[in-house]
Amino acid sequence: MQRLSSIFWLGLKEMISLRRDWVMMALLVWSFTLAPVMEATGVATSVNNASIAFADEDNSPLSRALAASFFPPEFQPVVQIAPGSGPAHMDAGRFLFVVAVPPGFERDVRAGRVPEIQVLIDATAMEQAGIGANYITSILSAEIQRFAIGTDLVEEPPLVLTIRSGFNPNRDTVRFAGIVALIGQIMWLTTILTGAAMIREREHGTIEHLLAMPLAPFDIAAAKIWANAAVVLVAAGLSLVFVMQGWLGVTIAGSTGLFLFGTALFLFTATAMGVFLATIARSMAQFALLVMLIILPMLMLSGGETPVEGQPAWLQTATLLLPSRHYMSASQAISFKGAGLDVVWPEFLWMTGLGAVLLITSLLLFRRSVAK
Amino acid sequence: MSAETHAPAIRVAGVTHRYRKIAALEDISLDVPAGQLTGFIGPDGVGKSTLLGLITGAKKMQAGTIEVLGGSIADPRHRRRICPAIAFMPQGLGRNLYAELSVRENLEFFARLFGQGAEEREIRIAALLSATGLAPFADRLMGKLSGGMKQKLGLCCALIHDPKLLVLDEPTTGVDPLSRRQFWALIAAIRADNPALTVLVSTAYMDEAQSFDHIVAMDAGRVLFEGTPDALKGDARDLEAAYRQLQTRGRPSETADQRPTRIVDPDPVIIARGLTRKFGDFTAVDSVDFSINRGEIFGFLGSNGCGKSTTMKILTGLLPASSGEARLFGKPVDARDRAMHREIGYMSQAFSLYGELTVEQNLQLHARIFTIPDKAARIAALTERFGLTAHRHTLASALPLGIKQRLSLAVAVIHRPRILILDEPTSGVDPEARDAFWVLLEELARDDGVTIFVSTHFMSEAERCDRVSFMHAGRVLAEGTPDALIAAESADSLESAFIAILERAEPPTRALAPQVDSLPVEAAGSGGIGRALAYARREAVEVLRDRVRLAFAFLGSAILMLVFCFGITLDIEDLDFAVLDLSQSPESRAYIAEIAGSRYFNPTPPLSSAADGYRRLTAGEVSLVVELPPDFGRKLRAGERTEVLATVDGAIPFKGETVEGYVAGLHQSFLATEARANGTEQVEIARIEPRFRYNQSFESIAAMAPAMPAILLIMLPAVLMAVSVAREKELGSVTNFYVTPTTRLEFLVGKQIPYIVIAFANFLLLAAMTVVVFDVPLKGNPLPLALGALLYVWATTSYGLLIATMTSNQVAATFATAIASVVPTIQFSGLLQPVSTLEGGAQTIGALWPSSYFLHLNVGVFTKGLGWEALGPDILALACFGPVLTAIAALSLRAQEA
Repeated sequence: MQRLSSIFWLGLKEMISLRRDWVMMALLVWSFTLAPVMEATGVATSVNNASIAFADEDNSPLSRALAASFFPPEFQPVVQIAPGSGPAHMDAGRFLFVVAVPPGFERDVRAGRVPEIQVLIDATAMEQAGIGANYITSILSAEIQRFAIGTDLVEEPPLVLTIRSGFNPNRDTVRFAGIVALIGQIMWLTTILTGAAMIREREHGTIEHLLAMPLAPFDIAAAKIWANAAVVLVAAGLSLVFVMQGWLGVTIAGSTGLFLFGTALFLFTATAMGVFLATIARSMAQFALLVMLIILPMLMLSGGETPVEGQPAWLQTATLLLPSRHYMSASQAISFKGAGLDVVWPEFLWMTGLGAVLLITSLLLFRRSVAK
Repeated sequence: MSAETHAPAIRVAGVTHRYRKIAALEDISLDVPAGQLTGFIGPDGVGKSTLLGLITGAKKMQAGTIEVLGGSIADPRHRRRICPAIAFMPQGLGRNLYAELSVRENLEFFARLFGQGAEEREIRIAALLSATGLAPFADRLMGKLSGGMKQKLGLCCALIHDPKLLVLDEPTTGVDPLSRRQFWALIAAIRADNPALTVLVSTAYMDEAQSFDHIVAMDAGRVLFEGTPDALKGDARDLEAAYRQLQTRGRPSETADQRPTRIVDPDPVIIARGLTRKFGDFTAVDSVDFSINRGEIFGFLGSNGCGKSTTMKILTGLLPASSGEARLFGKPVDARDRAMHREIGYMSQAFSLYGELTVEQNLQLHARIFTIPDKAARIAALTERFGLTAHRHTLASALPLGIKQRLSLAVAVIHRPRILILDEPTSGVDPEARDAFWVLLEELARDDGVTIFVSTHFMSEAERCDRVSFMHAGRVLAEGTPDALIAAESADSLESAFIAILERAEPPTRALAPQVDSLPVEAAGSGGIGRALAYARREAVEVLRDRVRLAFAFLGSAILMLVFCFGITLDIEDLDFAVLDLSQSPESRAYIAEIAGSRYFNPTPPLSSAADGYRRLTAGEVSLVVELPPDFGRKLRAGERTEVLATVDGAIPFKGETVEGYVAGLHQSFLATEARANGTEQVEIARIEPRFRYNQSFESIAAMAPAMPAILLIMLPAVLMAVSVAREKELGSVTNFYVTPTTRLEFLVGKQIPYIVIAFANFLLLAAMTVVVFDVPLKGNPLPLALGALLYVWATTSYGLLIATMTSNQVAATFATAIASVVPTIQFSGLLQPVSTLEGGAQTIGALWPSSYFLHLNVGVFTKGLGWEALGPDILALACFGPVLTAIAALSLRAQEA
């Protein structure tokens, strides 16, 4: 009972200290306001504003109709370029896609000679190239198909494929990237705040002062963990309501409460991570470098930036041990698909288990590091 | 020896200096005579260091004038001209030295800054080392020297260039009495050899000032007294008493000579037997024995690093002993024994309460941790008794040092402990406040029967203890009452008794003046370039010896490269899908086989209902649900129109779009197979032939691997660079740049060179990984690539320099640089979104950002196989960033402290 009260009061002290540390406060505000907004609105993961050029050697009604079938926001206005100049333009990085329509294209179509359109794709544009190629192919086929049906060349096929997109029918990348960015910030900030609080205590010599009192290393770490987790939870909640929903217009399909509950579970892992890194690092500068080396990969591999299915099989198994992956997966299910506890409980169980292991390990390490 | 015979070396007139609102100096005017030793005395925080900083030009003048060696120090031209004639040793032992360099390397660095050739350097260093007795330790790292040795090395570094003006800021703080005496002997020898040398010294030890020629006594930013030591002393007992009288404007101190008698219980409360503590192969405490009785004030004397603090930490349970035993109240010390912690009050070295809490909040926090029942009454009583009432709502960090110490003591006794362990509680505190503090200690021992174990390096405090123990290099050399110790050594004071004991333990080194002035001065070295290279050489050695930074520099980029390339691959295959087959016909099974047979999808158990499919999509178990209507087979056979419904998990937009593309493709191929089987060759109208340029197989790794260095080679070098500059600011070695002839450009470029080399090596490592690990062939000409990479890392390290000039500590530098380099690179350089798809403003920023060009260059050479001609514009653009950014950084770097 008395230990609990000590932990509580030490935690409150932690919050007062944080309020007066302007570097950390600035980082806190930045991380939950501008940073996720920039990340969400800045990078489009689907085809957006793609540059496209036509090398039209036919200049027939059909080829002009083809060129006229590309619209913003997916594509920039089509630019006509000289035949054969496509590769040079691509080398200079001016266009992602170049469509080459051969001479006599419309005439050959009418004559049933099956002419060929070439689509040059800059395959170094990672995310846009593949999807863009699919887009362009289907836009061109549909246009040619319409022309062919209009001129009675073919009949409509009997089997039609209707594709329905579950959960995010408009392919709203802001909504997706916003939540992913918020999750990333939660992870960064919790680790940095907790670890920095730990190291500050050590660098100012106050940790010895505390240990000379009737306090165990566990009490000190526990106070930091609950205080920083609480600060981040409140900040994340505010960011979710005001920045995500209010500013970016993100909608949360599921329960906000459940999302925050999952966040709270994850925070124990992230704070434990902070304590862990703080016990390894000898100085604040080393800590800052370590955080960048450890947290960045944890985030990249969590399935937020790119799908987990894209990883090699061995890596997919290994990343099961990353609490960030389970948190990412649970939050996506809750916020995009409206999943309830009945769906996400396995992820919550993983997080609790991994968090507990990490927390116990870092507390043991912390105990040992103060004894040195 | 009056002041008139010496023309003043320094004239200070009307100088005022403020830090924000707090005035450190208020309208100071004084003359410092040439060729004399002038001492600035007074406790911490009275403005001594600020004044010395202004005189040496390390700090920027705010108001007033200071003339040094015949010109105004505020005039940059004069400052540069006289720089080589001034030597400055800042406060804090070895604060301007480099812990990762050896004694010799430190000296060589300073010699190079003053343009000394190899031969001259060798002679001077040898002379200085032998004169100070440091020669046997020439190859020891500075960080591993004892306090006395650091102080000597600091002096050597200051004397390496034969200065006319030597400024020493608190050179003897924290050094044992013997080393202090040797230090003054060394200074005297140097002055005897070089009578023209003007020496300025500040000190908090009043007793040292007796041997100075000229004294300036300061308090609260003002000069209290200026003149000879004898004039200051007047009829006072000693200089300390004289200073106290000045400070209190003649009011005699009530407690100065009070030695209250106490009844000491012969009942040992603290016992140490053969206490030993080792750190690795270093023995910090070497079989120490003592026993302290109830109500006794037991003093522990010794220099910094002699093992006092370690012994105290063992007694409080903070550190386990390697061997021997420590007992409190007859029980062995146990860190886990909470009851025992309640009996101890501990005040660690320096102020270690929470500066960001108020006095009241600090007391409240501790009262709560100790669960004191009469909390409010106890806090009120303590604030009253310790004179804290007026400061109750002040932040602890804003308190004057003397009051901070009283707060620390109040916190240490809040739970009415029976033992108080105080580690140097009064260092840096002014004599008046120290006196008041000791009155409190004596009251606690006498009235409350508290046993007090206190360490100090003030002899006047040691004299007030019941018993003292003298510690040196981990061993207790002598123990007894002050009077007995003096008698045993037949000395006249406690200090001489200790020096006698010390000299027996460790034979003294001779105090000789180094024969530096008789050296032939060679032609100066290559000036600016030489200085820049001196910084470069030093920085390189430091980085190579700091394992964490080194690992970050090389492993960091390799690890991140692996993670990014394996983690961000966009080739998605083997996705799980499920089918709701309501038709159960041969046609429907053929359709399913078409999907299941592809490399993109893996089948999972069939669905029972549409709701089941939705649930599995929600849980993320499958990425695609295909629904075939009941009459699928019949209608298809009859050639009637029918429909397949595919529901895709679109939560992740990129994945959703990819899956849609896969399904549409498989559908087409089913139609073709079907048509062929029915013999009704499907009529093809036109062929659309996608051609993936540069990367025919369209594997994302071929695009990813060459793109990643663009971000890694800005983030890591910029962060390392910024940390290295911020580190000098934080640790204080930046003073060397302020007070030596180094220009801003020399300092920055010198520090930058090693990081350009590291970053370029990093580039080679990443390029090798691209080819070997990720199997992406290098198709183009490697020469333009290497040139471009070199220019790029020049630009990115310059960017780190620029950010470092705006931040003051390492943590802020790390995060600010990380954010300021990663965000624009990801957003605007075309890493994820090609530059050609950016809009207006974003495209302009991209054009002004070096990563855009390097990305195009690296991808161009690796994947597109481009050569000089196509890459020329990129290389030209990259060549502009480095010089421009370095120039801006040099302009925004302060050449003096604010």
